[in-house]
Amino acid sequence: MVVPTLAEMTARGEKPDVLFWVGCAGSFDDRAKKITKAFVKLLNKAEMSFAVLGSEESCTGDPAKRAGNEFLFQMQAMSNIEVLNAYEVTKIVTTCPHCFNTLKNEYPELGGNYEVMHHTQLLKKLVKENRLQIEGGTFRGKRITFHDPCYLGRANGVYEAPRELIVKLDAELVEMRNCKSNGLCCGAGGAQMFKEPEEGNKDINIERTEQALEAEPEIIAAACPFCNTMLSDGVKNKEKEGSLPVKDIAELIAEAEEL
Amino acid sequence: MIAWLPNLIFVILLLVAVGFFTKNVRQIIKNIKLGKDIDRSDQSGKRWSNMARIALGQSKMVKRPIAGILHIVVYVGFILINIELLEIIVDGILGTHRVFAPYLGSFYNVLIGAFEVFAFLVLVSVVFFWLRRNVLRLQRFWKDEMKGWPKLDADLILYFEIVLMGLFLSMNATDSLLQQMGAVHYQQAGAFPISQFISPLFTGFSEATLVVLERSFWWLHIVGIFIFLNYLYYSKHLHILLAFPNTFFANLRPKGAFRNNTSVTQEVQLMLDPDADPYAVSDTSETEPDTFGASDVTDLNWVQLMNAYTCTECGRCSSVCPANQTGKRLSPRKIMMDTRDRLTEVGNHLRASNGNEVTDRKKLLDDYISREELWACTSCNACTEACPVDIDPLSIIMDMRQYLVMEESAAPTDLNNMMSNIENNGAPWPFNNQDRLLWAKDN
Repeated sequence: MVVPTLAEMTARGEKPDVLFWVGCAGSFDDRAKKITKAFVKLLNKAEMSFAVLGSEESCTGDPAKRAGNEFLFQMQAMSNIEVLNAYEVTKIVTTCPHCFNTLKNEYPELGGNYEVMHHTQLLKKLVKENRLQIEGGTFRGKRITFHDPCYLGRANGVYEAPRELIVKLDAELVEMRNCKSNGLCCGAGGAQMFKEPEEGNKDINIERTEQALEAEPEIIAAACPFCNTMLSDGVKNKEKEGSLPVKDIAELIAEAEEL
Repeated sequence: MIAWLPNLIFVILLLVAVGFFTKNVRQIIKNIKLGKDIDRSDQSGKRWSNMARIALGQSKMVKRPIAGILHIVVYVGFILINIELLEIIVDGILGTHRVFAPYLGSFYNVLIGAFEVFAFLVLVSVVFFWLRRNVLRLQRFWKDEMKGWPKLDADLILYFEIVLMGLFLSMNATDSLLQQMGAVHYQQAGAFPISQFISPLFTGFSEATLVVLERSFWWLHIVGIFIFLNYLYYSKHLHILLAFPNTFFANLRPKGAFRNNTSVTQEVQLMLDPDADPYAVSDTSETEPDTFGASDVTDLNWVQLMNAYTCTECGRCSSVCPANQTGKRLSPRKIMMDTRDRLTEVGNHLRASNGNEVTDRKKLLDDYISREELWACTSCNACTEACPVDIDPLSIIMDMRQYLVMEESAAPTDLNNMMSNIENNGAPWPFNNQDRLLWAKDN
């Protein structure tokens, strides 16, 4: 795995084509780190010129803003923008739909203007340009259902890129009762990831997992580290963790490529 | 009886009805203007087309096909029958009967025939709506916030429409019988494809009785419309008017882009700018400092307040809300109903005190919307996607969270921990920022 930092590249006088914004989950959460690595392996395979910020990266401020702390959000945003603009970053890719949304939609007003892609969008582009071939073998005919992350789908209208990649795996894409613009949240958005849910009769991730189970998939595909955690917990709750893996699209492709 | 007495009574009723309605509309506009300013004057082309598509074309209604199609029938029927209303008003003022008939010739028959067909379809649709509500008991019509007045309000509107359509058809039925008898004033005009089936109920009545009946139906119908017009203000039914401006002024940015609070931006810039002159702040401090976020309706912007009056309590938002589906207290519909009820209350207080102040010491926060509801939101945008008229409950929830955190430091403990982690080490969890790249090393 080759993971250059932007500082190193700049010191060598090089400029990457794209900055990979890893995000806090992708950097620190054990489950999400696997997604990060899978994606980097794919970038390496496609010989994509990229860099990460490493310790110069900091939370985008998304959970702070959604929790109501606009001050903390803007502090985070402005110091991140300062770093990004100092490196003259123009293109960003990220595996986290929350980072994606915040960088794309909420940074411009604070002086940060970048072309921001979700990793499924970049992967789709790499496949289209033949820089990445997807081998269908591993997943041929497997029933895969895709859970739409709210901040990728409804929030930004990206529904097709992840689905096209699943189809490229020669898998059978099966939709849940609520999908695309009607997709049901995993329960983690709006800073819920970091707190206990309010009193109710069920947890949201259980409700969503039940919807997934109705579709009788062999794999649940996710495209967000938080959705991944919530659905993995849901599958565990249903005692299906042995038979029903929850995987990020990047992991599926990396696995198909035997990376 | 003086010949022009009915005309006079009609004109007085018309003026009272329109006058009272205008007064109430003014009050609504006044209340909406209590909201903060927000600029929605951009991209007018896109706004017009959204309004045409979503309000006029009902594009979001038909995402649920059964209710959507029934609603379109009622909506088209309502608009078409309003053309007939024009004739009724002219007749009422001038004392004429079917004044347009001589001018329109056989086209008049087509019109009246079409109105009858639509009146019948409206009647059928409204009966379906009533059955969905009261016999099928669709879950979303029986949630907590619908208890009491909202439930009665919804049923009353349906009864109103049933009675009005029934009167319209009965009026035509008796009219057509009088036409057949060649009664004075009842010229041959109109086609009666539906009311011909009601006519048998009235056959065998004398001409005098039929005239009394026809006149009674005619008067009850128009007076019913006047009452319904004025009922709008007290009901959830304002959407028939407000759906249009509401879709026009709706948010056009991606749903994930939450509003930037510019008053915070200035402060943050000052904090981050090493060259900033700390004393320069006093220049702006003459204006009253803004409170952050919203604790009452006057902290919200006028689009949010218009949203509240537009809501017709259909509950599609709450039926797709993940928190509501899993039994949490949060219901986006209730957020809108609470905002509207509080706004009406504030408006009434201001009117009573000649615009001076609201003295009831109540607020939207806590007195209407609880903190528990606000913290249950996942910001998933399912509610805004589902709303047939582009209402945005999420923005109100976010503004109120902002108040809780920035004015009261009243976030749940877990969230306070998350935020202090971000402040201290740039991540929502307590990890050292220097370890951000460890994943790249442990292959």
